[in-house]
Amino acid sequence: MTAPWCDKTGHEIREAVVRGDVTARVVTEAHLARIHALDGKIDAYTQIWEEYALAMADRVDEKRRSGATLGILAGVPISLKELMCTKQGETTCASKMLAGYRSPFDGTMVQRLAAADAVFLGKVNMDEFAMGSSTENSAIKTTKNPWDLGCVPGGSSGGSAAAVAADLCSMSMGSDTGGSIRQPAALCGCVGIKPTYGRVSRFGLVAFASSLDQIGPLTKDVRDAALCLNAICGRDPMDATSVDLAVPDFTAALTGNVKGLRIGLPKEYFTDALGAEVREKVMAAIEVLRGLGAETVEVSLPHCDYAIAAYYIICTAEASANLARFDGVRYGFRHPDAKDMRGMYVMSKSAGFGPEVRRRILLGTYVLSSGYYDAYYLKAQKVRRLIKQDFDEAFEKCDVVLGPTTPSPAFRFGEKTADPLEMYLSDIYTISVNLATLPGLSLPCGLSSSGLPIGMQLIAKPFAEETLLRTAHAYEQNRGFDMGKPPIA
Amino acid sequence: MSRIGKAEVEHVAGLAQLELDEAAKERLVHEMGDILAYMDQLNALDTTNVEPMMHALEMTNVFREDCVGESLPREEALRNAPNHDEEYFIVPKILEGGNA
Amino acid sequence: MEYEAVIGMEVHVEINSKSKVFCACGTDFHAPPNTNVCPVCLGMPGTLPVLNVDMVNKSVAAGLALGCTISRWSKMDRKNYFYPDLAKNYQISQYDLPLCHGGYMDIEVNGVEKRIGITRAHIEEDTARNTHTIGGGQSGVDFNRCGMPLLEIVTEPDIHSADEAYAYLTLLKQTLQYLEVSDCNMEEGSLRAEANISVRPKGTTALGSKTEVKNVASFSGVHKAIDFEIKRQINVIREGGAVLQETRGWDADRGVTFSQRQKESAHDYRYFPEPDLTPIVVDEAWEQRIRESLPELPQARCKRFQTTYGLSPYDAGVLTAGRPMADYYESVITAGADPKKAANWIMVDLQALLTDAKQEITDCKVAPEHIAELLTLIGDGAISGKMAKDILRDIFETGKTPKAVVEEKGLVQISDTGAVEAIVRQVAEGHPAQVEQYKGGNEKVLGFLMGQVMRASQGKANPKLAEDLLRKLLNG
Ligand SMILES: [Mg+2]
Ligand SMILES: [Zn+2]
Repeated sequence: MTAPWCDKTGHEIREAVVRGDVTARVVTEAHLARIHALDGKIDAYTQIWEEYALAMADRVDEKRRSGATLGILAGVPISLKELMCTKQGETTCASKMLAGYRSPFDGTMVQRLAAADAVFLGKVNMDEFAMGSSTENSAIKTTKNPWDLGCVPGGSSGGSAAAVAADLCSMSMGSDTGGSIRQPAALCGCVGIKPTYGRVSRFGLVAFASSLDQIGPLTKDVRDAALCLNAICGRDPMDATSVDLAVPDFTAALTGNVKGLRIGLPKEYFTDALGAEVREKVMAAIEVLRGLGAETVEVSLPHCDYAIAAYYIICTAEASANLARFDGVRYGFRHPDAKDMRGMYVMSKSAGFGPEVRRRILLGTYVLSSGYYDAYYLKAQKVRRLIKQDFDEAFEKCDVVLGPTTPSPAFRFGEKTADPLEMYLSDIYTISVNLATLPGLSLPCGLSSSGLPIGMQLIAKPFAEETLLRTAHAYEQNRGFDMGKPPIA
Repeated sequence: MSRIGKAEVEHVAGLAQLELDEAAKERLVHEMGDILAYMDQLNALDTTNVEPMMHALEMTNVFREDCVGESLPREEALRNAPNHDEEYFIVPKILEGGNA
Repeated sequence: MEYEAVIGMEVHVEINSKSKVFCACGTDFHAPPNTNVCPVCLGMPGTLPVLNVDMVNKSVAAGLALGCTISRWSKMDRKNYFYPDLAKNYQISQYDLPLCHGGYMDIEVNGVEKRIGITRAHIEEDTARNTHTIGGGQSGVDFNRCGMPLLEIVTEPDIHSADEAYAYLTLLKQTLQYLEVSDCNMEEGSLRAEANISVRPKGTTALGSKTEVKNVASFSGVHKAIDFEIKRQINVIREGGAVLQETRGWDADRGVTFSQRQKESAHDYRYFPEPDLTPIVVDEAWEQRIRESLPELPQARCKRFQTTYGLSPYDAGVLTAGRPMADYYESVITAGADPKKAANWIMVDLQALLTDAKQEITDCKVAPEHIAELLTLIGDGAISGKMAKDILRDIFETGKTPKAVVEEKGLVQISDTGAVEAIVRQVAEGHPAQVEQYKGGNEKVLGFLMGQVMRASQGKANPKLAEDLLRKLLNG
């Protein structure tokens, strides 16, 4: 199925709209038509905002007619993960708990995208409250990987990755707590960037783990990632953890020049645990960058084996508090049979949350509870410091760390649902980046023999997103193969 | 041997205001036991002189000025509540005193 | 066996910031239910707290006034428990590193000074208010109060009687009001006191199990509740029972405490550092800035009033009880009035007018300079004390100057000896019978004759002069 405009990147669409080659309405209508035609197979979208999207598009076109300067994302059709607060539609976090919930405000990131003249097509699927790595934990639907409908799209921003990969939007906003942007981006063959903690306001992002969560885009190319960051980064008085730091023009970093760039290869990432095919593709990518004049150096992240344990202590602890507010008093699900106060809490929470969310709340409650705090929570915070120090030391030797995003390509539905611990272990390469608050980017570096995308991950120092983007862009422009398109109609 | 037993699972569920049927308790004893056992590998690390990373960023003193802004119209505030009247959020009768 | 009570106080004070502690909602106590609320203080998904700097400034000021050490580095924590008045089901508070710690207050009970240790003062957010008037087995929740800035002040268990608790609360309230960080209005809940009470045999050091007495609406109520609770606990022990660790309420009508809920030992708040907020670092410069802005505190001011103005401890205490009254008094002195006379007029005459009118000194129309002016008029003999009272009543209502009232009403005292003597003679001649009675030894008649003199002079005769002249005439 040919779909004019749908296969275009955001910057291509924006340029065409600015030049007047196409209207935002035409681009939006094309995407809506493709969503109607294809999303029945992918199940990426949870809400399609037909009228709203067209109204946004018309405003962009009107603005152009009036001669006003268009925003940097003019006419770019974007989808939003279900946990981004919007006045439009619902904000459900893919949970029964928040079915029908209407946020009274737009999150800061949503406001900034709108101010940049983007067009919102609707919302996309995710693991319930962003807890999962396959989007199988959604209470709404099961999103498929466009490259193989029997495989998961990754998670928790699985809807975002699938929608971008299937050309059901130009870019999609995801959130990343332990890899939830980068892992699905890798599994669906998109570019996904998790900015440095503090780069993007979290106001309007429903919290999973407050010290780890960060918003970022999933895009079709590196330039779109840079463009989107230009729109969403920067200090927000509504988020005390958003950093007051000048936001550079990230697209200016896309010079194509990586001469003398020092690429660190963590020896702990290239072990037997890494699948052979992934290793092969990542090594090939390293060769491409070497060919462009980059140097490689071995680095060590000695504490990375402890990252998953530390991560699941910290994220579940924070989540157990963050999710306590869902009690059926001010919003959300209240069990109709609840007779008294305790019944209201217990019955509403037990029926409103899915099994993985309940499991993580229990774990987080346990690691914070009296007698266990020091052994688990405090210990994990110390290990978090050690993991951050590992990276600090590595960045004395290199400018960017390169490795796989995931140990293997997309897995099949149900493959890891039986054993939660095994699912947790699939985030091995992405998690430490969140613990160390670093920016991380995943981009495609090839297809597996079974035709599934493989991603590689770039990691940089805090607030060195420009280095990530420059490296990723140089590789992308010179990788020497075409990723092609997913084999859907 | 599992890291925790049914009593611990029940205790934690009580703290978290969750109820679990017998089958769920059984399952969680094993799942949580496995995960906690995995987490126990942190004990292999000597962290004696390591400062816990209590906050993600080094920043301090991020404040807001004492200015009054817009509040929500009451209908907006109450709109998502499962039970409310014109003025209040309504809940089953509260018996005990608060905790501030 | 003799028993002694061991009491620690926990006081929650609402800081009078214009906006709430973590959001921009207003703090008007009288707002209709659920109108001072926003997504942040309703704990709606996707919202984040941002700490109000005014709360930090005022908490540091309070801490310094309570002799506390201000933490160079402190942090906010989450206190986790489920309750419908808690929007997020955790309260943002401070756990192991409070903003202020290690202070004291020197109270005085029955003339004896005593030091009460302040363990800590920490920042937290207030909870919502529940109403039980909804009916149908339901309660209503009003989130206006949720997120109001709250300072929790905790003492050491240094208090041993209801009198000491009362004195502590009074001084604490006075101090916070002087600092203008809280209005400490108990009726509106901006000051809430809880007492942790236990008893033990005198001379022993181990602590008995304690009860926590909450929800008492006044200081005198706290006094009565503590008294009752001490006696109750001693009785329980004397009868061979054990005091249960529990929360008890105060029934003001029956004058008894009653069991509200047994404290589950399972209370496990799972405190951990609030990841949404940055640590608070109060460096020396910041602390010093606040220290320099502190007003003179009530105890110091009371002492100064005694030494500088020669007031009695009682008068100094009354005049320094509230900062506005003390400021008013000192303005009167600055305007040139005699300190003792000014004290008397303010405490007696002006206070009576204020009480009748149910006004505070801050509402008073009488400018301090006008009290001074009034005292000058009396001192100069231009008006009598009686006239001055009338003038005060007038200017209390109208806000005019005393001189204006004097002129308007022609209230000039006649102090000319000749003129007064003429009136005295006239009265004596008009009342021969009474003159005779006086001469026969009936002293009381003098008062009647004086009244006639004042009436004849339309109240303008200088009474002292008139009395002297009358006596002279009658005795002569
Ligand atoms: Mg408290
Ligand atoms: Zn608010």
